[in-house]
Amino acid sequence: MADQDGVLDRYDNNTAGEPYVLRLFITGASPNSIRAVENIKSICDEYLKDRYQLEIIDIHQQPQLAEGEDVIAVPLMIKKSPYPERRMIGDMSDTQRVLKGLGLATNS
Amino acid sequence: MSKTQKKSSPILYGTLPKVLTGIVGLDEITEGGLPQGRPTLICGEAGCGKTLMSLEFIVRGAVQYNEPGVFVAFEEKSDELAMNVASLGFDLKKLQDQKKLKIDHVHIDRSEIEETGEYDLEGLFIRLGYAIDSIGAKRVVLDTLENLFSGLNNQAVLRMELRRLFGWLKEKGVTAIITGERGEGNSLTRQGLEEYVSDCVILLDNRVVNQITTRRLRVIKYRGTVHGTNEYPFLIDEDGISVLPVTSLKMANKVSTERISTGVKGLDDMLGGKGLYRGGSVLVSGTAGTGKTSLAASFANETCNRKEKCVYFAMEESPSQIIRNMRSIGIDLQKHIDKELLIFNASRPNLYGLEMHLVAMHKCIRKYKPSVVIIDPITNFINIGSVSDVKNMLVRMIDFLQEEGISVMFTALSLNTIVNEQTDEGVSSLVDAWILVRDIEFNGERNRGLYVMKSRGMKHSNQVREFVITNTGLTLVDVYLGPDGILTGSAREQQMLVEKTGEAIHSSAVNRKDREILRKRKVLEAKIASLHSEFESVEEELNKVYLEEELKKQILDRNREEVTRLRRGETAETTKKHPKNDGKANR
Repeated sequence: MADQDGVLDRYDNNTAGEPYVLRLFITGASPNSIRAVENIKSICDEYLKDRYQLEIIDIHQQPQLAEGEDVIAVPLMIKKSPYPERRMIGDMSDTQRVLKGLGLATNS
Repeated sequence: MSKTQKKSSPILYGTLPKVLTGIVGLDEITEGGLPQGRPTLICGEAGCGKTLMSLEFIVRGAVQYNEPGVFVAFEEKSDELAMNVASLGFDLKKLQDQKKLKIDHVHIDRSEIEETGEYDLEGLFIRLGYAIDSIGAKRVVLDTLENLFSGLNNQAVLRMELRRLFGWLKEKGVTAIITGERGEGNSLTRQGLEEYVSDCVILLDNRVVNQITTRRLRVIKYRGTVHGTNEYPFLIDEDGISVLPVTSLKMANKVSTERISTGVKGLDDMLGGKGLYRGGSVLVSGTAGTGKTSLAASFANETCNRKEKCVYFAMEESPSQIIRNMRSIGIDLQKHIDKELLIFNASRPNLYGLEMHLVAMHKCIRKYKPSVVIIDPITNFINIGSVSDVKNMLVRMIDFLQEEGISVMFTALSLNTIVNEQTDEGVSSLVDAWILVRDIEFNGERNRGLYVMKSRGMKHSNQVREFVITNTGLTLVDVYLGPDGILTGSAREQQMLVEKTGEAIHSSAVNRKDREILRKRKVLEAKIASLHSEFESVEEELNKVYLEEELKKQILDRNREEVTRLRRGETAETTKKHPKNDGKANR
């Protein structure tokens, strides 16, 4: 029960203040990767100002991480926190979908 | 395995290098394995052995050919895979520790993924590239690549990336296997992977006919090389996959002129006095209880006595049952089993399909390399296939055995004693020799008769011989021709007794006559002797008369001379002047 409460708490606090931990996997300087980095940065700056950590990983440099995180399609962004974990692939150009993935969509 | 290697290596064509899979039989069908450095597609329905075949390719490569491999699993987790194949003796964990194998589990779940724009599969390429480079892999398996389609939406990207993937794999120079689920209708795979992989496509199939499942394999396409085109049954058992490439009914087998005994002296005599040809096939057919198994067992016994190996496929009785039963006729099979000369392989025909039986037998024969194989009986195969199927299977069996120079004895139960021209399995035309055992019902008892229907390449007896099973084995009684034809069983014994009596009487009669002749001869001889002496006495008598006559004549002559002289007045002194007369008188 306590756990469930915890989960609910975290959901409640979604917009409140818990920092977003994001991990973006890219492949070098491919066009998709560059666009993805630009797009996610602008989205985060607009919606999550000052409450996100964005880690950008080039799997060309660290291929062993690709296996650990089960990367297939790139660019891939994993929302580690807050719960639940979500994965987003693509160049992050579809802002609505990115927001949905981040749990920030307003359904309107 | 090494035999397979040697066999197929000279067939290699310079243009297309191949990689041995190490899977029994597959290398023969593909004449050397899969195309080196190119992707091969293995497709088939669920549960037909795609994953196992591809995994065996990787494991055998790592273990036998020192070619490390990467297995990318889209379906099963590494642990699950290891567990699934542990029963086949593949220790994936150990191979992974030795850096000969790398299993990469790729998990894609559509529900967890949000597509937010353009993407590609570079991640997969990098992972794969990293895995290949980390162990120096030569072999790669992607099982099942099509799972990508269920995880990702953008078909255009996927197709483009797959095309790129296959190009990239070729560039990497790894021999790859891609597995794919069989699609609806005629398509080989659901997502049309066959259009990307164009070098080699193998289709696996799992068919149920008459409630019996048989797995089959077919090489649909193999660019730049010849390959077997038929469907080949394959077997998955504790040693992995074995495929049976029996197609080569080339009829170019070597034949032996060596003869081997059947273990029954009388039967050897019927077969030209020397028995069967080594490497030949013989069918023993007959009605129930005519001693087919006994004949087979004595053949096995004889083989083992020669210190040769024999594999006995028992399809009806359990090994211990056969051993017990044969002991009652003085054949001890247990001692041969203890010496590992005799190998029993008992299975019910319904255990699996015909093809599987063939594969299983094939495997067993390959393993033990016997010089004689016995299949007892082949009759029940008819339960699991049509006549032509059974015949087909047995043709292939005989073909394989001949190629290996192994003699084989089949037994078959003929259900109908009237139709003895054909066995139910229709193999009578295939075998080299056909021995028929049958009941001869006569005079209120049943006896066994045996005859040789045919025996290729040797002079054989055309006689029906009585076949007797005794405590000490099998014997054939000599043909017994009574006044009313062939006699068997107690009728034969009786007739023999009658004749024996007759003979005794006859011989005593002969003796009596002999004695009479002797007596007569004696009598005659005595008569001859008496006549002889009679003749002598007559002769003497005659001689006496003659002498007397002579004397008489002399005396008369003298007297006359005397008288004459006296008349002339001569004295006795003058007579002395005529000595001639004196001499005459003296005689």
